[in-house]
Amino acid sequence: MLARRIIPCLDCDFGVPQGRVVKGIEFKQIRYAGVPWELATRYYEEGADEIVFLDITASHERRDTMVNVIRTTAKNVFVPLAVGGGIKSVDDVRGVFKAGADKVTVNTTALKRPEIITEIADEYGSQACVVAIDAKRRDAPCEENISVPTPQGESWFECSFYGGREFTGVDAIVWAMKAEELGAGEILLTSMDRDGTYDGFDLPLTDGVCNRVRIPVIASGGCGNAEHIFEVFQKTGASAALAASIFHYKEWGVDEVKRYLAERGIHVRI
Amino acid sequence: MTIAVVNYGVGNLFSIYNALERIEAKPELITEPEDLAGAEGVVVPGVGSFGRCMRRLSRFEGALSQVLEEGTPMLGICVGMQVLFDRSEESPEEGLGWIKGDVVRLPNSVLVPQMGWNTLSIKKEVEILEGIGEEDFFYFVHSYHCVPIDKSVLAATTDYGLDLAAAVSRDNLFAVQFHPEKSGQKGLNILKNFVRLTRC
Repeated sequence: MLARRIIPCLDCDFGVPQGRVVKGIEFKQIRYAGVPWELATRYYEEGADEIVFLDITASHERRDTMVNVIRTTAKNVFVPLAVGGGIKSVDDVRGVFKAGADKVTVNTTALKRPEIITEIADEYGSQACVVAIDAKRRDAPCEENISVPTPQGESWFECSFYGGREFTGVDAIVWAMKAEELGAGEILLTSMDRDGTYDGFDLPLTDGVCNRVRIPVIASGGCGNAEHIFEVFQKTGASAALAASIFHYKEWGVDEVKRYLAERGIHVRI
Repeated sequence: MTIAVVNYGVGNLFSIYNALERIEAKPELITEPEDLAGAEGVVVPGVGSFGRCMRRLSRFEGALSQVLEEGTPMLGICVGMQVLFDRSEESPEEGLGWIKGDVVRLPNSVLVPQMGWNTLSIKKEVEILEGIGEEDFFYFVHSYHCVPIDKSVLAATTDYGLDLAAAVSRDNLFAVQFHPEKSGQKGLNILKNFVRLTRC
């Protein structure tokens, strides 16, 4: 039986020589957390099922640093490595794969030019193409959107791009379905309302997407402890849970989270 | 010992290269069929579609077939396993046909692709699975699976709602549907087992 996956996520600033891992709250208030390849190696040794690097600076001048960080990580970490942030073309994808990445995540570019999903899937296979969606809850339901019941009433979710700085008007659930159709192999679904809050995953959002796509969904945003991961696995069809802060600041080890889940009947790789 | 990794222009070979380096094998990316001669082991990776892999792999067919006949251990990984079969529902191109059977799409009753970590059910004792138990997890990512006609080639299956071929072997030909290079220490152990075969 397929195990549920635990994925530490490293938001990286590649403006310094080895890069650095940072973490914001609700996409703001940035805090420094460590050196990317060192943290990734620690998580691998603790039993992470996959590692995600997101380049939050996403500027072209810093690409060389990013490639070097991925290269060093890939020599030490033997689980899948996904890389995102600033991927604009299949050429960019080739660059990160050459450094040792196994998957890319696309967000802004895919919203602006959805064909890139198909281009990546054609060249490297669907499994290599993760569509990242940053979703914000909107409490005024609107006809053309898909609403789901939330504690705030019927809400829909709006996709954001440019790292949460701009909104698109696009419905996150509709977009997830479209991304699947275009060839995405997986959805990385982040709740902007929960990101960095430690309040737990956005269950209505996660459930809303899981129920409407047939590809794996990674729940992200808001994980504050192992119980939150248990909850998202118990109450939604999420295939994987992504967390950052709880691992970076050593509140939980990946191994501790997995033991917690296994004791409660969640099938995980230990 | 050099392990030839066939670089036929599909996807991503750096992961397998890094993993072989980590276990102190000497991987060499081979871009021309004639460079296969003299390799002590051959790895055939593969990602993307079956048809695309076959189109690009076809110029290696003769050379691969020759080293296989000479007894050189060969390991197919993921689509590199699927291309060993006769054909795939994914593409009209013919496979190598070295193992009889078809490659078929995962049923609609399960999430496609299967993406993530799954365990094995061991079907026969085979060198590359030495030291591997049924509690060990391996990283799978695939939308199609191999159905061999001769079930005796099955070395391990995995349970994804239905039993899927996870590893096959016949003489010096081995293939795995999962990615040993991305399956942590247990995956590296499988690669070590393979490399050890090349030293006999």
